[in-house]
Amino acid sequence: MSLATAAEGAAPQQNWLDKIGAGHVILAVALLLYPLVASDFFLTQIAGYSMIFGVLSLSLMLLAGYGGMLSLAQITVAGIAAYAVAILGSNNSNVLGFGWPWWIVVPFAVAAAAVSSALIGWISVRTEGIYTLMITLAIATATFYFAQQNYAIFNGHSGYAGIHAPVFWGINWRDPKPFYYLCLGLAMLSYAAVLYGSRSTFGMTMQAIRDNPRRMRALGYHVTAHKVFAWFLAGILAGLAGVLLVWFNGRVSPGTIGVDVAIDILIIAVIGGLRHPIGPFVGAIVVILMQTFAIDIVGAERFNTLIGLVFLVIVFVSPDGILGLWGRIKPHLAQESLRAGP
Amino acid sequence: MHRRTLLALALFTGLTAPSMALAADDTIKIGLLATFEGPFTVLGEDGERGAMTAVAETNGTVAGKKIEIVKGSSDASPDSAVRAARKLVEQDGVKVLVGPLSGDEGLAVKDYAKTKPDVTFINGTSAAQDTTLRNPAENFFRFSTDGAQWMAGLGTYAFKDKGYKKVATVAEDYSFPYTQVFGFMAEFCKAGGHVPSKSWVPIGNKDFSSVIAAIPEDVDAIYVALGGADAVNFLTQYQQAGGTAPLIGGSITVDQTVLTSKGKLRDVLKGTPSAGPTADTNDAPAWKSFVAAYAKQPGAFPSPSLFAHGYYVNMKATLLALDQVGGDVSDGGKKLREALSKLSFDTPTGKVSLDKNRNAVADIFLTEVTEGSDGNLLNKLVKVVPQVNQTLGIPEDEFMKLGAVNRDNPSCP
Repeated sequence: MSLATAAEGAAPQQNWLDKIGAGHVILAVALLLYPLVASDFFLTQIAGYSMIFGVLSLSLMLLAGYGGMLSLAQITVAGIAAYAVAILGSNNSNVLGFGWPWWIVVPFAVAAAAVSSALIGWISVRTEGIYTLMITLAIATATFYFAQQNYAIFNGHSGYAGIHAPVFWGINWRDPKPFYYLCLGLAMLSYAAVLYGSRSTFGMTMQAIRDNPRRMRALGYHVTAHKVFAWFLAGILAGLAGVLLVWFNGRVSPGTIGVDVAIDILIIAVIGGLRHPIGPFVGAIVVILMQTFAIDIVGAERFNTLIGLVFLVIVFVSPDGILGLWGRIKPHLAQESLRAGP
Repeated sequence: MHRRTLLALALFTGLTAPSMALAADDTIKIGLLATFEGPFTVLGEDGERGAMTAVAETNGTVAGKKIEIVKGSSDASPDSAVRAARKLVEQDGVKVLVGPLSGDEGLAVKDYAKTKPDVTFINGTSAAQDTTLRNPAENFFRFSTDGAQWMAGLGTYAFKDKGYKKVATVAEDYSFPYTQVFGFMAEFCKAGGHVPSKSWVPIGNKDFSSVIAAIPEDVDAIYVALGGADAVNFLTQYQQAGGTAPLIGGSITVDQTVLTSKGKLRDVLKGTPSAGPTADTNDAPAWKSFVAAYAKQPGAFPSPSLFAHGYYVNMKATLLALDQVGGDVSDGGKKLREALSKLSFDTPTGKVSLDKNRNAVADIFLTEVTEGSDGNLLNKLVKVVPQVNQTLGIPEDEFMKLGAVNRDNPSCP
């Protein structure tokens, strides 16, 4: 640590690169230039959609990876933001739709999501492990059925349609390129925020609480408050993803927040790996690509079997997901240069 | 650092995978969107059989070009239907798309169709009224009729011939059953009948005890518009609860997926009147030859379901229109859509033509469940209601005054 501080004075430029990491810079440049080579379909339906689900899974990774709290309610939180956009903004379902401008709607929607997330957290922090999973599953299922049967607020099974992304600065933000950059912006910001947050005092405290809550309590930390605050932060991420999701689909219905989607989010996080914030994004790309193209590989009857098998193989080969797989290959690659030719 | 660089490179190459949407000149791509996952999988697979029957009739070619069917799958939710449609249109590059299967999906795909004016959408079996009646899309065609049309004749038949004066309804809670109940009640209420209680249940409901308890004691019959497992669950539980009121069936309530179930349920179902676009005991030669052609598809039911029929009719219309324009959709499908609008042809269930909203006018079959000679339950043809239009024979302005279909409309307690 002291070495790094000394280097800072000597060569600030190199340190700046070191701090961010060359890999990150290359990745960022590649993603910024991606629209030059990709078709509109790959830009929104694959890349944009993956990043939305990546951020959603990142909010789960934040809770699970740093806080040890496995949640199935992240899509519910995103759904609250999505429904809030439909209700406070405008829709063409002739139910509610206050028609507020987007710059009021979005903060309200995200705040509603974050507060609901904190509430869910407050209910579930008393439990641990599989019981957290069960209680959040119960909340997700209950919200799904409530949305399906409530007509005054959620407009029942058909939900809300005709929700448009805002148009400002002369740009329609649902057009493929602007929407891609919108998703990319959110993904990068969330990724950087989680990475930064994990090294902050709060992040360190969370990880300590995850490893030994009793000791932390004995040291004088308010364990419940820390956990609930982590839920609040995760709620902001999920809420932002929910806003993009409703702009992306142009509609929201109970199917958007169904239990199968909740499980998809968990699968994405597990497939990608929970050890590093890049994991959810890697997982999202793999899962979205599989869900989109498996039907072309094996036909309409058995494509879900193929998807399941691929996930099974990934988890079987590497219990830590794709990141874990990488962690296992890396040492071999690193030693490659040390090895003499055969 | 090395690690991250490689990861970035791997990601980048993966995401720039070239799109493989190049179609050869001598083939024509048709998208086929149906529910190959979720609660309606069985229905979606039968829809596919129907569509493939139409393709097989022309030996897989149209106007000298080979037909390439690209399939898309949804799980009956509107989101998934639009996602699958987007993939077919934007990635696979289809210019003609047949589907989707269920009501809310149809409404969502119609909205999507408006953003893709160069692509021609032909319905599968989705039967919500407002897919074509209110705020329709110029490039969305429905050669299968809607759920209210399917009910033509049933309300009058129940009131006059069966003598039911008071009927309670039990139906699933989404746009297609709303449309079915609307179609039934439009006639039944007009004839003088009353509907004191309407129950709406979520799709996939398992426990119907509270619904059964809410049905008034003094009703003459219960109108049931539930599909697949929901219908079996409700009917079984109603019978176990000691219910004895006779039934009136929605179009998908007494189809082969329910009639082939075992147990005492069979006795309850016998004599149930219903109506829909098909009838199992139709003697018309065109229907018989369709059944024979359908039976060649792998995994076919004893008799084609209305999903096989709907997808068949829509695919057939697509192929006929494509044949007329020589398979040419290079003008953004303009000629094809003109051909489709003017198309009128004989289906296995009679003549079909389109109205100004591009919704079908076709024959509807009034049926009653009976036991066939081999012990299987069948929908026996009672009467054909000829050439039912979307406004059920009511003048359009009068019909529009009835208001949009929803859970509370119509009402005649």
